[in-house]
Amino acid sequence: MRHALLFSVFVVASCGLAYELIAAALSSYVLGDSITQFSTVIGTYLFAMGVGSWLSRYIERGLAIRFVQIEILVGVIGGFSALILFLVFAHLAGPFRLVLYGLVFATGMLVGLEIPLIMRILRHELAFKDVVSQVLTFDYLGALAVSLAFPLLLAPHLGLMRTSMMFGVFNVLVALWAIKLFGRAVEVPAANGAPPEQRVSAALPPRAAAFLRAQAIIALLLLTAGFFSADKLTALAEESIYADQIIYAESTPYQRIVVTRWRDDIRLHLNGNLQFSSQDEYRYHDALVHPALATLPGAKRVLILGGGDGMAAREVLRYPQIESITLVDLDPRMTTLFNTAPMLTALNANALASPKVKVVNQDALVWLENNPDMFDLILIDFPDPSNFALGKLYSTAFYRMLEKHLAATGLAVIQSTSPYYARKSFWCIVATIEDTGLTTAPYHAYVPSFGEWGYIIAGRGRFSPPAAFPVAPRSFDAQSVKGMFDFSPDMARLPVEINRLNNQVLVRYFEEEWKRVIR
Amino acid sequence: MDRRHFLSALSTPLFSACDFKNGAPDIKGEFAADVYGPAMALGHRLRTQDFPAPTETRKLDIAIIGGGVAGLSAAWHLVKRGVKQFKLFELEDTLGGNARAGKSAVTPYPWGAHYLPLPPQEAVHVRQLLSDLGVLKSGIGSAAPLYDETALVHAPQDRLYRGGLWQEGILPKNMLAPGEADQYQRFEELIERYKQTRDLFGAKPFALPSLLSSGDLRTTALDATDMRRWLVGQGFDSPALHWYVDYGCRDDFGSLSRDTSAWAGMHYFASRSGQAQNADAHSVLTWPEGNGFLTRRTGEWLQERVPGACTRNALCTKLVTGKGFAEFDIYHAAENRSVRYQAKRVLWAAPSFVLARVWHNPPAAFRPAVAGIETVPWLVANLHLREPPRDTGPAPLAWDNVIYNSNALGYVVATHQTMRRQAGATVLTYYWPHSGEAPAVARKRLMETPWAEWIKAILADLRRPHPDLAKSLERVELWRWGHAMPQPSPGFLTAPARTALAGLKGSLIFAHSDLSGMSLFEEANHAGVRAAAMAVRG
Repeated sequence: MRHALLFSVFVVASCGLAYELIAAALSSYVLGDSITQFSTVIGTYLFAMGVGSWLSRYIERGLAIRFVQIEILVGVIGGFSALILFLVFAHLAGPFRLVLYGLVFATGMLVGLEIPLIMRILRHELAFKDVVSQVLTFDYLGALAVSLAFPLLLAPHLGLMRTSMMFGVFNVLVALWAIKLFGRAVEVPAANGAPPEQRVSAALPPRAAAFLRAQAIIALLLLTAGFFSADKLTALAEESIYADQIIYAESTPYQRIVVTRWRDDIRLHLNGNLQFSSQDEYRYHDALVHPALATLPGAKRVLILGGGDGMAAREVLRYPQIESITLVDLDPRMTTLFNTAPMLTALNANALASPKVKVVNQDALVWLENNPDMFDLILIDFPDPSNFALGKLYSTAFYRMLEKHLAATGLAVIQSTSPYYARKSFWCIVATIEDTGLTTAPYHAYVPSFGEWGYIIAGRGRFSPPAAFPVAPRSFDAQSVKGMFDFSPDMARLPVEINRLNNQVLVRYFEEEWKRVIR
Repeated sequence: MDRRHFLSALSTPLFSACDFKNGAPDIKGEFAADVYGPAMALGHRLRTQDFPAPTETRKLDIAIIGGGVAGLSAAWHLVKRGVKQFKLFELEDTLGGNARAGKSAVTPYPWGAHYLPLPPQEAVHVRQLLSDLGVLKSGIGSAAPLYDETALVHAPQDRLYRGGLWQEGILPKNMLAPGEADQYQRFEELIERYKQTRDLFGAKPFALPSLLSSGDLRTTALDATDMRRWLVGQGFDSPALHWYVDYGCRDDFGSLSRDTSAWAGMHYFASRSGQAQNADAHSVLTWPEGNGFLTRRTGEWLQERVPGACTRNALCTKLVTGKGFAEFDIYHAAENRSVRYQAKRVLWAAPSFVLARVWHNPPAAFRPAVAGIETVPWLVANLHLREPPRDTGPAPLAWDNVIYNSNALGYVVATHQTMRRQAGATVLTYYWPHSGEAPAVARKRLMETPWAEWIKAILADLRRPHPDLAKSLERVELWRWGHAMPQPSPGFLTAPARTALAGLKGSLIFAHSDLSGMSLFEEANHAGVRAAAMAVRG
């Protein structure tokens, strides 16, 4: 029994430290500033352990029962702590810190209760000096084991969620083991005149043992289920994909939306592809909106296809003459997210809530087919042509359909991947638009997160860059915008095929070119 | 998905966590099932002839019996020539025949013929019809006309499942033995040579429609042997190539290469010489509902110009030909009454075996000649899925998805031709010609085997590439085509049936694709137009 209990000290100590590290790592993941996070979490945890140790004096009888109960409780709270914190952060922006420190305090306090209890139980078998020396030795050994395993093995290979579940399982296994040990233990006469109630403290009555066993098994099942649950596995996969911390993740019927943050850089990923970084998205959206719109003083009706993040709408709304913006984005979760989450609406200046903006959640093609409206400006912010379904959105058939919605003097702007990394793809889109009879003005802008990025203005006449900007873009002015329409020799036009529904050459160009880049 | 809704919407049997025995793999899933087929009960009443006696007699200039591609083409050609005094009678409740289509809330989908190779220059009537329907945009007489880009098959066109993986294209590319690729090359060159060849009169050895093909003995001699034997005789022994050719024969004719005339077999490959200005030569024309698009649009085109010319649910029960006129009875199933018609010309655009049942005074040679035409039965299944099938790749889901060494031809995806960003619910149309045994035996088995067994077999076949398919399956519909198409066996080019049918002149003109022995859109169109022209000429 002595060795068993000492081993359980080792496990309990390692579990305790693991929860502390998980909480600290997770909070620095999601809130940034790891020094503050680690020191406040460790501080709270140690203080809570002290509170637990102090409280242990109020436990006078039934030491074994209390020990087992605490073990189970620590297992459940600690085991689910990472999940709880992720969920709270993803869904409720507010009380994250409250929950964080609450959880840290609760686990710290419970762990703080454990060690004194074990010491008191072992008192019957060992001299006091041995109790103290052995218990504390195993306590610190457990801490050492986890402090090494956590950064080297657990966090990188299991991820935070599964690590916390795993330690929860360990705690509950210790509880089960203790039930078995104490269930067998016979009353030990006190060797040194201990108070009478302590003589029976290390034994469990059979009924209490059965009840505790049932509780432990339920907890064990919950934790094991949590460990193997597929949903968490995808979340874990993301932790390894995204270097930054995930602050929002959801699988909608259409795509996987992930928002990450590192310090004050918020990034949106759709199906693992970066859509914007809040650090430089203004360069992308400046270029998408202003060169065309600045030449359209009479523009009133704007159509945005894709662009559910509301950033393009934000720029368009800066022009007072705009009367209506129709934003067609397939995924209602996307537009809802960017219309409600404060951190994200701050980025798009609440554009989606503007009375001028009408959000339509429909397939852009279906909408274009079934809607007769004409527009002065059409902004197309579709995902890159990385598969055949998306490739159709860059085909002659699509641009012909688009042309029917373009007012006589209207312009369309199409985001067209990178003319540097995917030169053929870019010029293929230009050639495809020209094949439908529209004239094009290809241009490019530098967006640090993406590199050199390409756009095409399409219309019925010749386009000249604006001589002045009624609304000032941050990243260019009337002088420097001219350079955006020049292409250096390494990005210059080259002969390419036209992207038709029946050849989808663009998807093949795109795949070929980006494969080279990513390699 | 709202289960209750779809349970109550169907009065048909439901598979619930099906657990099939009999050694077939277990298929778990819950889905509804329906079985259809041509109006068989009505058609088979021809055997017993229990129809009400005609209550009136009406007179007509021209009658067309049959509203498939042949009948519709005949009617279309009559209207093009300014003739509007005609009526068309169709046994089924919709026009279209073998090009029939269905429709769900998600998409229209085919029940039969589902594509058209790019029509070569000699297919003038097919091109004209496509132009009238807005599919052919310009350059009707040129080598490579411009077609409606949404009707040209979208990329990726087809793929093949072999050795656990999907590859692009149907011709097997991987795991080839030494020399097989060389044989492909040689076969390609052979086809190309046939495509380029012209006889003394400028005719191609393999034209589309086939009746315009050269009579040159050097090519018609191919008809004396079967496709398999002919290939072997030419030194082709690659198993992959043999599979590919066999697939072609089953695709066009429903028969194995060993049961197909080598002339017909080569026709499949060498006749497809059409081009398009805006697509490459291997492209085809297709629509979500397959060729049902063409028959529906032709029906609409006719309705605009000659309202009420087409009558459905109308079965010809009796036909007597005389000098300068023909008399026939039509049973209008919806009204349960018969009408006797007298017409100057009857264009028979239904299969010849039906004509043999109703014609009371055919010439002596007719019946035995027609009895020699064997028709292959087909099973077509439409699988309604909640999401596109998942598979191992690497080639992504294509329009036509073929499984190597399967008895069936694989499936086409009805939503492939739609312009949607997101692939959601879809319909797969699975084609299974029952080739390889005597058509009568296969037909009996097709009709008598419980439909649940067929569904089991289809899902077992699809389980290889798509282990999870049953999970997203919402509904399966089966269509049993008892007499899907005539089989062009060796000798069919000179078979007595062809001469007997083509030789029908006078008041009855044969207008069905049985005439050519090959059940293809171009053949039916040509037969219908030819008959219409003969009727107008008088």
